Amino acid sequence: MQIRRRERAFFTSRLLFIAALIGVMSLVLLARILYLQVQAHERYVLQSDRNTLAVLPLAPVRGKILDRQGRVLADNRLEYVLTLTPDSVADIGETIAALRTVLPISDEDYRAFLRNRRGTHAYQAVVLRRNLNATELARFALVKGSFPGVQIETHWQRVYPYGPSFAHVVGYVGRPDSRDLEQDPTLARSGLDQVGKSGLEAQYEDLLRGVSGVQEVEVNARGQSVGSFEERPARAGTDLHTTLDLDLQTAAAAAMAGHSGAVVAVDPRNGAVLAAYSAPSYDPNDFVKGLDGAQWQSLRDDPLHPLNNRFAAGNYPPGSTIKPFVALVALRDGAIQPEETLAGGGYFQIPGTQHRYYDWRPGGHGRQDLRAAIRDSNDVFFYQLALRLGPTRLAQGLEDLGFGNSTAIDLPGEARGLVPSPAWMRTRRGQSHWHTGQTVMMGIGQGYLLATPLQLVRATAAIAADGQLPDLHLRADRPIRTRTVEASPRHMQLVEEAMRAVVQHGTAHILASDPHDIAGKTGTAQVRRAERDAVGRVRKGSDSRHLRDHALFIAYAPASHPQIAVAVIVEHGGHGGSAAAPVAQAVIDRYLDRDSTAQP
Amino acid sequence: MNLHSFSLRRALGHLDPALMTGIFLLMGISLAVLYSGSQESIRVVLAQLLRFAIGLVVLVGVANIPPERLRAWAPFLYGLGLVLLAVTLVAGRTYLGAKRWLGVGPLSFQPSELVKLALPLMLAYYYSQAENVQSWKAALSGFALISVPFLLIAKEPDLGTAAQIGAAGIFTMWLAGVRRRWFIGLILLAVISGPILWHFLHGYQKERILTFLDPQRDPLGAGYHIIQSMIAIGSGGVFGKGWFNGTQVNLDFLPEAQTDFVFAGFAEEFGLVGVLFLMATYLLIVLRGLIIAYECRDRFGRLIAGTLSLTFFLYIFINMGMTTGILPVVGVPLPLVSYGGTAMLTFLIGLGILMSVHSHPRFHE
Repeated sequence: MQIRRRERAFFTSRLLFIAALIGVMSLVLLARILYLQVQAHERYVLQSDRNTLAVLPLAPVRGKILDRQGRVLADNRLEYVLTLTPDSVADIGETIAALRTVLPISDEDYRAFLRNRRGTHAYQAVVLRRNLNATELARFALVKGSFPGVQIETHWQRVYPYGPSFAHVVGYVGRPDSRDLEQDPTLARSGLDQVGKSGLEAQYEDLLRGVSGVQEVEVNARGQSVGSFEERPARAGTDLHTTLDLDLQTAAAAAMAGHSGAVVAVDPRNGAVLAAYSAPSYDPNDFVKGLDGAQWQSLRDDPLHPLNNRFAAGNYPPGSTIKPFVALVALRDGAIQPEETLAGGGYFQIPGTQHRYYDWRPGGHGRQDLRAAIRDSNDVFFYQLALRLGPTRLAQGLEDLGFGNSTAIDLPGEARGLVPSPAWMRTRRGQSHWHTGQTVMMGIGQGYLLATPLQLVRATAAIAADGQLPDLHLRADRPIRTRTVEASPRHMQLVEEAMRAVVQHGTAHILASDPHDIAGKTGTAQVRRAERDAVGRVRKGSDSRHLRDHALFIAYAPASHPQIAVAVIVEHGGHGGSAAAPVAQAVIDRYLDRDSTAQP
Repeated sequence: MNLHSFSLRRALGHLDPALMTGIFLLMGISLAVLYSGSQESIRVVLAQLLRFAIGLVVLVGVANIPPERLRAWAPFLYGLGLVLLAVTLVAGRTYLGAKRWLGVGPLSFQPSELVKLALPLMLAYYYSQAENVQSWKAALSGFALISVPFLLIAKEPDLGTAAQIGAAGIFTMWLAGVRRRWFIGLILLAVISGPILWHFLHGYQKERILTFLDPQRDPLGAGYHIIQSMIAIGSGGVFGKGWFNGTQVNLDFLPEAQTDFVFAGFAEEFGLVGVLFLMATYLLIVLRGLIIAYECRDRFGRLIAGTLSLTFFLYIFINMGMTTGILPVVGVPLPLVSYGGTAMLTFLIGLGILMSVHSHPRFHE
């Protein structure tokens, strides 16, 4: 009995140890559960919500871009794409290999798929092939059942019906890249696979894009939607009505066929851009589809740089097209009187120096007044005029006419040209000495002076509009803004008459027979000395074409009541009168002929 | 016991009110959680209800078997268990790379379930008649009785179950009074041999342990269970998301939400309040079992009662531990709450043995 009692006490002590062990383990569990459910509760609530709520973006339809008559320059086309949802596919590699027996999927498609997959959830569908045609759709439909997780979806794809004709001005859309995402982080969640990359597409991105909608769906662990909570539909982008004229743009593109250069046409009364073409061009539709490596390389390495927007970003020496403007500045500042004549030999020398500044015409034009000097593009006359004005007043006058400044055009990437002056020499180039020769060269639009075709056409429009310098614009409902250039009507009239004379019996007389009463000015810009191309890159090699002068022409018509102002540059085209003037004529004729037939 | 002397009232008289209260509460919880977790499937609830009914009938039957008869059967049950384990290793059904199931026609069954009860019974039988439990012979015999089924199950491989059975055996030896030094030695041996045993583990076993140590190392693979389970429990908070409102469970983020991970689903919907109630219910059963062991005057009775109570708690601890992320994931159901029949039957038989120990007068003072 004694033994039994001792044994029982011993058992009880071991049982108590067990009870204590159970107590301790229970407390450990309790502490852990308290931590999860109280201490870390909020964190787990967040994770739980993130698990179940998927916000799926609904991409808006992009606004169209229309010409002045409502003809569509940038449209949207419904496109069929093949998508793959990584979460719903057992083995992506195998699935794609199997799909390739049904549909062509290029390595490029596959690389794009891998790129697009980054940063998406496993339950989100990723595009694998774009632009499925009817045959491909039908072939996939037959085998659809054996490809869970692979689906056909519809996307809106941007289409540019006129391809290269509007490439630089309308621009193109492309897949958002890291820079786009950095600028607008909401893009990643917008469901958009195209954003404006250049031209009007980039400029009016906010207007055209519209607002993405969202669909909040509850998803299960396999990413399948099990219920929709809330849907906010996408709001389509707004159509962009432009001042562009399809017929005129097409005419400009046709006239520039085989050339490199630029054509810009504006309405001088309000600064509306009617046509803006840069040659050579490219097909923006290629960018929408996504260029493959070889395409991109050939565009980038093309010696003619088709991607450069020459009318907005091309800095050219204006050559003699600057003369009407120099004349206007000189008249305004009293550097010359309207009837005053200046002697003109074959060359000009700055008093006290030996260097000869030659006239383009051997032997020169003899003594002429300003009117005749513009008509015949008398270099020696303008050397003297520039010297009389001095560099600071000349620079100030050209800046008043919009040179060296933005034309306010609603396009990205506009260049500002360059109006050199002693002040510019000091601040920008760090040189205190201004050579008088630089003043002389400025008088004929050479030297450091650079202008863009947009600046040239704008200044031309100011002459056509009797001194109203318009801000250029492409969006139709943009408020019209003009600045009055300080110039007396008499001076203005003189320059206008001189520009008419250029066409009637001056350097552009090949247009003399044109019925539209054109006023213009030719220009020939030397490139030999600078040996730089349109964007200032030094040319390599010495291909004779590259050494030929740029041909320029500015014009407006009809001279009596101007409706259109044009600036043309034909790179390495030789003489402005023969190479550039016919291009301007084609554009002017197209515009005014159409107007006269439309409004008899 | 002949038909004439059978009386339902007498049969039910062997049931213990405290234990039965706990069992019914757990069954109620189980049905509630399964109903919600199965997208309100009546079929699932009815299937579980049927198992409960069968299990309760078996429990009543077991509670009516006198402990001395259980004691007499112990060596035969143990022997049968070993034979079945051996047969399983040779002719068992392979499922997911492990031979754990023994099939007879359409039925299949895990012999290790039988051993979960047979081993403690065998040890209790051995120590109840051992002359000197303090001797080294008694200790080594105990270890030998444990190691045979342990190794057979570990070979399947089912290390989790082997460890549970081993632990249950150790508990019996502890309660029987085997000298403390053996247990200290065992702990030391485990600590020392751990790194060496690591190299003998299967890849998936290593993976489980590594995943336990850091679930985020493979959040969509091996760590997925643990992470989703912790999200379910944590997001439940104090009052829970409410019945039917558990998103982790109902939207299938939580795998095995009705079986091994049923606790996470329960904690998500019923919160800390529900968890405390559940734990209190379990502790009621476990403490009642310990009291039965304490009150029992017979060696065999108290050894088996104490072991079964502690084993019952061990399952609760392992299951809650793995769902809350403090233990590696091993396939252990939450007693009487998880969906499924075999394990539940084992638990109910164990509880029936407890009631038998308590209700048979000769074993009770």
